[in-house]
Amino acid sequence: MSILILAEHHDGQLTEATAHVVAAARKVKESIGGDIDVLVAGENVGAIAEAAARLDGVARVRVADAAVYAHQLAEPLGDLLVALADDYSHVLAAASTTGKNVLPRLAALKDVSQISEIIGVESADTFQRPIYAGNAIATVQSEDALKVITVRPTAFDAVGGSSQDQGSAAVEAVEAGIDNALSSFIDERLEQSDRPELGAAKIVISGGRGMGSGENFKLLEAVADKLGAAIGASRAAVDAGFVPNDMQVGQTGKIVAPELYIAVGISGAIQHLAGMKDSKVIVAINKDDEAPIFQVADYGFVSDLFEALPELEQKL
Amino acid sequence: MKVLVAVKRVIDYNVKIRVKPDHSDVDLTNVKMAMNPFCEIAVEEAVRLKEKGVATEVVAVTVGPKAAQEQLRTALALGADRAIHVQTDEAVESLAAAKLLAKVVEEEQPGLTILGKQAIDSDNNQVGQMLAALTGRPQGTFASAVEVDGGADDKSLKVTREIDGGLQTVALQLPAIVTTDLRLNEPRYAKLPDIMKAKKKPLDTKTPDELGVSVASGLKRIRVEPPAERQGGVKVGSVDELVDKLKNEAKVL
Ligand SMILES: Cc1cc2nc3c(=O)[nH]c(=O)nc-3n(C[C@H](O)[C@H](O)[C@H](O)COP(=O)(O)OP(=O)(O)OC[C@H]3O[C@@H](n4cnc5c(N)ncnc54)[C@H](O)[C@@H]3O)c2cc1C
Ligand SMILES: Nc1ncnc2c1ncn2[C@@H]1O[C@H](COP(=O)(O)O)[C@@H](O)[C@H]1O
Repeated sequence: MSILILAEHHDGQLTEATAHVVAAARKVKESIGGDIDVLVAGENVGAIAEAAARLDGVARVRVADAAVYAHQLAEPLGDLLVALADDYSHVLAAASTTGKNVLPRLAALKDVSQISEIIGVESADTFQRPIYAGNAIATVQSEDALKVITVRPTAFDAVGGSSQDQGSAAVEAVEAGIDNALSSFIDERLEQSDRPELGAAKIVISGGRGMGSGENFKLLEAVADKLGAAIGASRAAVDAGFVPNDMQVGQTGKIVAPELYIAVGISGAIQHLAGMKDSKVIVAINKDDEAPIFQVADYGFVSDLFEALPELEQKL
Repeated sequence: MKVLVAVKRVIDYNVKIRVKPDHSDVDLTNVKMAMNPFCEIAVEEAVRLKEKGVATEVVAVTVGPKAAQEQLRTALALGADRAIHVQTDEAVESLAAAKLLAKVVEEEQPGLTILGKQAIDSDNNQVGQMLAALTGRPQGTFASAVEVDGGADDKSLKVTREIDGGLQTVALQLPAIVTTDLRLNEPRYAKLPDIMKAKKKPLDTKTPDELGVSVASGLKRIRVEPPAERQGGVKVGSVDELVDKLKNEAKVL
């Protein structure tokens, strides 16, 4: 049997997360064989489908191009997956807000469990996933005929892609579904940024409550500019309105695992650590030398951030 | 409009859990338990809808052991009118929880059902979406704002959702399912007189058998291990030293 992956896309582009999910799918395939298909659902997604077809290991791209999928609403996307799932033993998606929104619907309608946010593939039916904010790793085995799985992208190295003119997977249209009367899209306020995307950035610098205000995040931005870094935040900084919600790193926000993570004015609550402790190198800047963040930091600097940040910017 | 709120008894969010030495599970003996924080936000939202005159009745429901009645009493103290306890000592996976809640939705016919987006023990983030699929109702997940305008005979609901790129607003036909994100509201604390009053509010008990749902799961937990521990490193004395270490020791710059 084959594996189906729900492609993740944004603003007309296939996002990097999909290449990570394909990597997880290839691990599953090692033990059962079969093909890896990618489903691209959306409106005017031809270019996205072509990009998906160039990912290493993908056999076929199935395209559902219709207005009803334009905003990735869960109800029609879930129905589409249900209609396609019979051809597959596994359906995978990134553990993004889209994947998390849609995949449980497929699982419920197929009467199977969903395995959320896997970080390891032991075999075609056995997977590792973090529980309790990453303070324990569970190995779970599914006896269900269909495995519905979300994948933590940072846990799997992205597969490569062939260049434009090299051979690529077949692209086929699938029949678009019926109308969706249950829900409708009103609007979207997406944060615009020239910086790298949080989940994919090599360097992330995050600010917490210690930043004191949204205005003060300019100090972080100046350092981020020098480093080509993405900017993240703790829940406290988001709750206080310093920065938008899409910047929250943690158990219930985004998961990051960059080469370098710099936590500034963040105490290091377990919920925050859950989102960044797989980073390769962690730096903490905090004026409280007992802050728990220092217990996970490779390099801790006890200092007032308002002095440390301008100096750091200058010396980089 | 009747509002149903699903609450789960979980480990208190401040507790750092330990894995049992035999790696069968995490050790929950003598660990402080509480209402899942996202469920507190769900209860708060329901109670606010009642205070605004949108909700006529707030019903809290939980699936779990006898002790989970503590969390129902908390919901009642916070303003829920009555509670339903689906009692079982079995481990209940998300799919089974969703099926049981679907039965309760079928019986109660709420206009709106509010759940947390995620239980902080399993970190599953599934039940609300599954419940929506099973009941054929639309879902507004990860909500940071919920707006029912117009009052009792309103037919739709506006939900603003926290998504990876920012915020998305959708309209849902009622009856609907909503799951809460952190920014939806700030839950209140229960006051002592309300805690006393809550003891007298009605609490119904049912079993999965009575609801005709099997809690058996296709998912087996094979082992539970502690994560790789990260060792704290060194403290640096200056920005110069930090930059030097990052360049020459860690080689990440
Ligand atoms: C259900 C739930 C989910 C959660 N999910 C998340 C999540 O996904 N992500 C997340 O981050 N949190 C999450 N939290 C919140 C978490 O528990 C903490 O409350 C939060 O991470 C604290 O943020 P903080 O470190 O910025 O603030 P604080 O804990 O207040 O720490 C501020 C730090 O700044 C330092 N500081 C202050 N001023 C300065 C200065 N001038 N210079 C240097 N240092 C300074 C202080 O010493 C302190 O250590 C969640 C909580 C719950 C209950
Ligand atoms: N046993 C349960 N009883 C009542 N509600 C539950 C239960 N399990 C999950 N829920 C609800 O579903 C939400 C999400 O849980 P989960 O999908 O398991 O992460 C929780 O915040 C609760 O609102």
